[in-house]
This record gives sequence, structure tokens and C-alpha cells, in this order.
Amino acid sequence: MSHAGHLLIIIALLPFVGALVPGVMIRAGRTACAWFTAMPTALALVMLLILAPAVLRGEIIQAEITWLPQLGLSASFFLDGLGLLFACMITGVGLLITLYARFYLSGDDPMGQFYTYLLLFQGAMLGIVLSDNILLLLIFWELTSLSSFLLIGYWKHLPEGRQGAKMALTVTGAGGLAMIGGMLILGNIVGSYNLTDILQAGDQIKASEWYLPALILILLGAFTKSAQFPFHFWLPHAMAAPTPVSAYLHSATMVKAGVFLMARMWPALAGTEAWFYIVATTGLITMVLGALIALFKDDLKALLAFSTVSHLGLLTMLLGFGTKAAAVAAVFHIINHLTFKAALFMTAGIVDHETHTRDIKRLGGLRHLMPITFAIGTIAALSMAGIPLFNGFLSKEMMLEEASHTKWLDSYYVVPVLATIGALLSVAYSFRFISHVFLGPVRDDYPAKPHDPPFGMWAAPALLCVLVLVIGTMPFLADGIVAAAASAVTGETLDPHLKIWHGVTPALWMSVIAVAGGLLLLLIHRPLDMAWIKAPRPEAKAIFDRLISGLVTLTRGITEWSHNGAISRYLAIFTVTSVALGWVAYSGSGLSAPTRDLLPVPAVIAVGWVMLIVATVSVVVMHHHRFRALVLIGIIGLSISAGFVYLSAPDLALTQISVETVTIMLLLLALHFLPKMTPKESPLGLKLRDGAIAVVAGGGVGALAYAFMMRDIDTISGYHIANSYEGGGGTNVVNVILVDFRGYDTYGEIIVLGIAGFVIYALMHALLEGPAARRLKNTDYSQDRSRDRHPLMMVVVTRVLMPIAVVVGIYIFLRGHNQPGGGFVAGLVIAIALLMQYMASGFAWTQERKKIEYHTMIGIGVVIAGLTGAGAWLAGRPFLTSAYTYVHLPPIEEFELATAMLFDLGVFLTVLGAVMLMLYSLSRIARSAGTAAEVNETPMDYDPAEPVSANKAEV
Amino acid sequence: MEIIVASTVGVLTAGGVYLLLRLRTFAVILGLALLSYAVNVFLFASGRLAIDMSPILNKYGDGVYTDPLPQALVLTAIVISFGMTAVLVMIGLGAYLEAGSDEINIDPNAEDDATEPQA
Repeated sequence: MSHAGHLLIIIALLPFVGALVPGVMIRAGRTACAWFTAMPTALALVMLLILAPAVLRGEIIQAEITWLPQLGLSASFFLDGLGLLFACMITGVGLLITLYARFYLSGDDPMGQFYTYLLLFQGAMLGIVLSDNILLLLIFWELTSLSSFLLIGYWKHLPEGRQGAKMALTVTGAGGLAMIGGMLILGNIVGSYNLTDILQAGDQIKASEWYLPALILILLGAFTKSAQFPFHFWLPHAMAAPTPVSAYLHSATMVKAGVFLMARMWPALAGTEAWFYIVATTGLITMVLGALIALFKDDLKALLAFSTVSHLGLLTMLLGFGTKAAAVAAVFHIINHLTFKAALFMTAGIVDHETHTRDIKRLGGLRHLMPITFAIGTIAALSMAGIPLFNGFLSKEMMLEEASHTKWLDSYYVVPVLATIGALLSVAYSFRFISHVFLGPVRDDYPAKPHDPPFGMWAAPALLCVLVLVIGTMPFLADGIVAAAASAVTGETLDPHLKIWHGVTPALWMSVIAVAGGLLLLLIHRPLDMAWIKAPRPEAKAIFDRLISGLVTLTRGITEWSHNGAISRYLAIFTVTSVALGWVAYSGSGLSAPTRDLLPVPAVIAVGWVMLIVATVSVVVMHHHRFRALVLIGIIGLSISAGFVYLSAPDLALTQISVETVTIMLLLLALHFLPKMTPKESPLGLKLRDGAIAVVAGGGVGALAYAFMMRDIDTISGYHIANSYEGGGGTNVVNVILVDFRGYDTYGEIIVLGIAGFVIYALMHALLEGPAARRLKNTDYSQDRSRDRHPLMMVVVTRVLMPIAVVVGIYIFLRGHNQPGGGFVAGLVIAIALLMQYMASGFAWTQERKKIEYHTMIGIGVVIAGLTGAGAWLAGRPFLTSAYTYVHLPPIEEFELATAMLFDLGVFLTVLGAVMLMLYSLSRIARSAGTAAEVNETPMDYDPAEPVSANKAEV
Repeated sequence: MEIIVASTVGVLTAGGVYLLLRLRTFAVILGLALLSYAVNVFLFASGRLAIDMSPILNKYGDGVYTDPLPQALVLTAIVISFGMTAVLVMIGLGAYLEAGSDEINIDPNAEDDATEPQA
């Protein structure tokens, strides 16, 4: 990666890193906080400027961090003219907003939060414009939706703020979802998710039959983000945000993201009829409609919001034209709109801040009271109106010029006429902004005494106004960046020359008409306004709210039907759906002919099979008698273990038999506290229904298993068998797979098992401290107890068995790598040996002799396994690569030492710890149960060594 | 032999599903236990059946071995299903002790108040 590439990645990361700072720095004061917010932004801007000369020369700077190249996932960035333009706008305006917000926000507002959100948002925006991977772009795209949600709803105490934020998130989020679909289609057509590849495959994309769906989905994303009709309604509601947010989101960033995307995708998607009619028409409608509504808005910010909608429409229309000149005009207007609109939003904020109202009808005459604000507002508004010598004029002329020779459905008049009307309305609302706020007589009923704000507050808009004038009078200064960006949009090298005077063209006449008509409209604004207020208009928010509440009702209905609190119902639905899906899969393709012969069935197996089937049916029939059902479950488990032995799976048999033992003990312990009988409460209909589901599911699974077993498939097992000894150093392939080939899986498994142990422990604690504890104490379980709780014989036998069991456990563990056995089985065997002590000699007695906590054992086990795996790193090998050697100590036969054994030790300890922790937890409950909870400290109920007379009578 | 194993899987599944759909925790736990057996045997059988071909390598010659991979997977599955059963048992037990009932279905029409369990 080049030096410039590194810079690019730093630029993309800076805002996110910077976002961590303001929350902390706010303790150092508001000014310090603002400085620390400005720093990453300024740094990013400086780095961009360092890269700028190369980009303006036409170079493209690229940087890539590969992550999952197989899936086309990588963090790749690139910087071309378009990206540079937007990145400079985002960081530049970001700086101004940081300054402005420092003075705008009051002392009560949590400023640290504000700056954090701002930087997050800025990072997301930068990500969009710099991404070279469309999947990455999508992530940043959603991030802007999320972070703008935080910004718009920043004043959480205002209901409008919350609603506006919610609406913005819903609309842009829904559009984002559509866009994901579109982008994935695009990636599929091209075969790459790299933007640079996609942009070069324009012809391939346009020829594809999937072009139209992809286009519509992507445009949905762009239109919702850029507030195009009919999705324009969210933008005015987002005005509930603090003004710095509005100024940032609605001039330079958020809403421009949609425009950016259309510009970015221009080489890949533009130039077709579908593109022209969808994009240009939408833009045209939005431009006129937005301008019309703006004219009648009394709230300053609402006026600006709809004017933004209108100007976004203009940009969309220009991009929709699909010509190179239109692309140049669009790029130029993006710059111009940014300068005057950000200044205007800030002006509106200043007026609001100083007079405490944004209602145009309550303002007027501010010219004398706020001269600086007046100057700034007027310059910006004149530019918005498109008056010569201001930059808005230039790009508007270019727009009108393009519109004047655009044909729409055989008509040469539709576009020019509507474009002129749009411009005319734009003039009208711009002049209204100036005259109704600043001109006219000074009033004496302002909610607060207006005066100009401190320098810090008007510095940012003033700077923007300077830009307005500089570009307006000397447009050739912008030639370079416009050329670079427009070339990036169209994919061809363009060299436009921006001029003030183009001669007497149709566009000039259209401009004249617009200005004259706009002034006329302003003169008759009062009667028009009356008519507007009376006229019936669809209220977008009401429609949106109805739509959402309809959706909520629908989804709630579905949820309440399917998730009504009855787990049986979910399980039934789930089972039936699975069976149905299986059937669909089967009926779709059918079966190939079987390739294997049936294996013979010896008599003893047949007998075992009968036993197993009878036991299973009996469990179902007799499950009301819970103890009986447990005995039968035991039979089933043992039969299956026997089956494993016969079918060449000794490891499975060992595991099954020991797990079986532990499971039955666990269930027995639990049953101690549960009712011993399940009441017969299912009505016959329910039983029949469940029976039918069960038979169908069982039949399906059985048939599937049979079909499976009768056919051969290619497996990867040959590799394991071939490499088990050479690579893993063990002859028990199953064990080698567990501790070596698939060691990572096993590592995950033991962690899960450990977590299960902790979950049970935590549940037990919660239980013993909750209301259940009282219930336990008050329940008399004593009648269930045998009179001889700790029989002498059992105590003695388990003591004798203990060392033997431990030796067996160690033996099983040690032989595991080469013969059936291993950590899992060994852990279970030792656990059973320990459990026998608990059962025979009592909880307290055993607990007293326990030297290590089971939690610790789980922890140590996981750590040993993890360290063993990590040890491979020291040898420069991947995680969990095992090493082994052969050792010969004279009295013993030569044996093998493998790191895998250490890993297996971790498995052993975790299994042992988890199993013990589980059963220990259940026993803890038993200990605190019942009034007769005197727990014996001695191993037996009476001590046979003492004289008989000394024995107490049995309690 | 294949028919034996397939029918075992089928019967265990059917029994498991039926018990799973009962209305008390204990029956559901039993059902899950049966279903675990069924799933484990099913997974094991996906390596095809073989007799006297344990995947223990013979150091002194070539042998024919059964597929070891499903066995390794099932081995951990058995242990994990034990962990799962244990957690479920504990949750069921806790629910019973707290609520005084081991019914698994919440009556959507019932008042949502925390009644003191009757011992």
C-alpha cells in the first residue's frame, strides 16, 4: 500500500477515534471540548488537502485491508475527484459546525454527547464517500442513518425531536434495506463487490436482465436518503433537531448522500431510458413541489427544509439527464448549494437564538437590529434565488440551459417550463426570506430583544458567504475541483470552463422570467397564502403515522397468533414447518438409486432393538409416572450405547454410557422437588393432533436416515484417517479429530459446557435468594426420604471404589490418544466417582473434603486448553497445531507425549468441573430444602464403632 | 441393520416430538432427551454403518475404517446435550419453585400478577 493509501485509511478512521474524546473532554469545559472535536476533523481535512494535488491531476488513490477476500469482504477505500469533493465538504463544513455549535448550544445541553454524535456521523459520511467496496459502503450508509437518528433526536425532551428522528430513521432505514438488495444484485452481475470494478462494468450491468430491479432498489435507497418525492416528508420533520445539526445534515452531508450515490453510480447505471425517466422525473417533481411548499412555510427552518428538498430535486434531475454537461452542472451546484444553504441554516439559527422565534409572521425589520446577520442572510438568500454575481446563479443557469433542450416523452416544453416554474418559486421564497425577516418596519413585539450574536456564532456563515461571492464572481477558481469531480462522475476526462456570462441564451430568458415572476409572487403572497391555508392538502405525517400504525397492528396480530405464550404451540408450528420444508426439498428432486446393500442383523441386535422400541413407546405411554419414565430412559440410553459398540464406535459408547449415568442422576435430583406425577390434562383432540405430528415427523426423519444410509457420498474423512498418525501422533482417529483436526470446535464446546455450568450455578443462587427459598424451607420433603439415608454398605463400597474409579479415569485419559477414551470420557468417569461420594456419605461430608472449587476447575481447564493452543504460536504455527514426540524411560515401554494431551487435560478438567458444578448446584438446593435440613457431618447415620447403647433412636 | 437404525431414529423422534408437545416441564425435558438420542444416532448414521471397523488405526498394516468424523462430532454433541438438559432441568425447577406450577404454557388471558405459590 502506498504512502497515500495509509493516509486515506487514517482519514477514514480519524472521526471514529476522535468520537471517543469529546465525552471525556467535556469535563475540561465546553471550549476545550469543541477544540478537541475540531482536531480530528481538521487533521482529516489537512490530510485530504495533502492528497488533493494528486487527485486533481487525475490520479486515484487506493488502499485496501483484506479481511475475507473469498466473500468479497475487505476494507478498501479509494479517493477520486468526486470523493475528494465530498470529503472536503464533509470535513470543512464539519469544522464550521463545530465552531457554530459551541456558541449555539446552551449550557444545559450535554455538549460532549453532541460532539460525539457529530463525529460518529462525520465518520459514517466519510466512509460512504471513500469506500471502494459496496458492502462497506452499505455499512457506512446504515451508520449515517443511525448516527443521524441520534443527532436529530438530540433534544430528547422534545416530542417533535423524537418523532422526527424516528421518522427519519424509518424512511432512510427502509431505503437502506432496499439498497442492500440492489447492491447485492449489482455485485452478482459484475462478480465483484469492488466499486472500481463495478463502475467499469457499466455496459455489462445495463445489458443484464437484472438491471431494472437493481436500479429501482438502489434508487429507493438514494431517493429516501435525499428526500425525493414521495419520500420528501421526513426531512422537514427532522428540523426538530438543533440548528447546527440541520445545517450539517441538510446542506452538506446526510441528504447529499443520496445525490452522491447517484453520482457515484452514474457510470454503472446512468444513460438508459429507465434511468432518465425515473431519476429526472422524480427530480423534476421534487424540485417544483418542494419549492411550492417552501413558499408557504412560516417556520424559517421549514422553509429552508423544503427549499433543500427542492434543490435536491434539481440535483437529482440533472443527474437524471445523463449528459456530461448536466453532470458538470450537478457537481457545481452541489458546491454552491452547500455554501449558501449552510449559511442560511446558520442564519435561521441565529435569528431563532436571538429573537426566540422562527415564525416569519412574527419577524420583520431585523435589518436595523441585526445588521451583520442581515448581510449574511441576504447574500446567501440572493445566491439561493439565483441572482447574478452570486454562485447560485451560475449553476442555475447551467441547469436551465440543460433543461431547455431536454425532451420528455416527445415534448420539448415539459422540462423547460417546469424547470422555469421551479426557479421562479425558488426566487419567490428566497426573496420572502429576506423581506419578511429583515425588511419592513421594526416591530416591538419580538419574544426577545434581538441583537447580533457574538463573533464565534456568525464567523462560520460569514466565511461561507465569502465563498458564495468568490465563486460567484470568479467561478474559474472552482474549475479544477469541478473538473475532477465531474470526470469521476462520468468516467471520462472533462475540462469544463465555468463562466459568468454565456451570452443571450434561452437560459438567460428563463432566468429573467423566473426573477420577475418570483418578485410578482412575493407581492401577492398574502392572498396566495390565505388560499393555500384554505386549500385541502394531504398531510404527509398523518399518512405516515397511519401506515406505521397499520403495520404495527398487522405484525402484532401475527405475533399474538403465533407467540401467544403457549410454548407447545411454537414447538408444534416449528415441527410442522420443518417437516413441510423437508417434504418440499424431497418432492423437488426425488431420490437417486441406493448404492449400498443392507447389513445383516444378528439376533442379539434384534432383541436389543425390540427392547429399545418397547422402552421408547413405554416412556410415551407412561410418562405420567415420572420415576418410571426415568428408568425407561436409562434403558434407551444403554441400548444406544450397546448399538454404538456394535457399530464400530467405541468412543461414542463410552461417552454415552457415562453421560447417561450423569443425566439420570441429575433428573433424579431434580425430580426430588418436582411433582412425581404428570397430571393427565390433555384433551383427546390435542393428543391426537400431537400424535399425528409426532408420527409424521418421526416417519420423515426415519425415512431420511434410511435414505441417507443406503447411499455413498464423498467425505473428507479419508484425510483424517490418513493423517491421524503422521500429523496428529495418535491412532484413535476420533480423539485426534477432537483434540487436533477440529480442536478449535472442541475448544468452543468445552467453553459452552463451562458456561452451562455457570448458568446453572447462577440460577441456583437466584433461586435460593428469591421467594422460592421460603417455599423450599416450608415444604416437608422428609416423607420421601429413606429411613437409612446413608447406608453403611454403600458408604464402605464407594470409599473402596473411589481410588479404583480414579485410576480407571486416569487410564482412560492416558490411552485416549491411541485407544478409545480421552478427556471427555475421563472427566465423566471421575465425576461419577465423586458423585457417588456425595450420594453415599452426604453432601456436607463430601463438601468438607473438597479442596478445589468447581468454578476454578472449569477456568483452569479452559485456560490450559487455550494456552496449549496458543503455544503453537510460539513455534510460528497456527492456533492449536499440535506437536508430539516419543519418550523412552527405561522401566516403562516407549510412550508418546503430545501437546494434544495437554489440550485433552483442559477438556478433562472443564468437563469434570462443569458436571460437578451442575450436580453440586442441584444438591445445594436439596440442602436448603425442608425443615429437616440437619445435614449429617459424619459419613453414616450412626457410627458402628460406638457401643449400641450410645446410639440415638432413629429420628 | 440400516432398517433397524432408521426405525430407531424414527421411533425416538416420534416419541420425542410427542413428549415435547406436552404441557408440563418434565415431559418436555424427557421429550428433549429422546430427541437428543434421535439426533445423535442420526448424525452418527450419516457416516454410514460399519461393523468391526473402529477408527482405531492398526499400526502394523492397512485396515478399513469407518468414518470417524461423525463420531467425533456426535461425541461432543452427547456432552453438550447433557449440558443443555441440565440447564433446562434447572430452569424448569426454578420455574416450578417460583411459580408453584410446572405448566409450560402461559395463559394469555390470565392476569399478569405474581401470585404467591401455594405449597
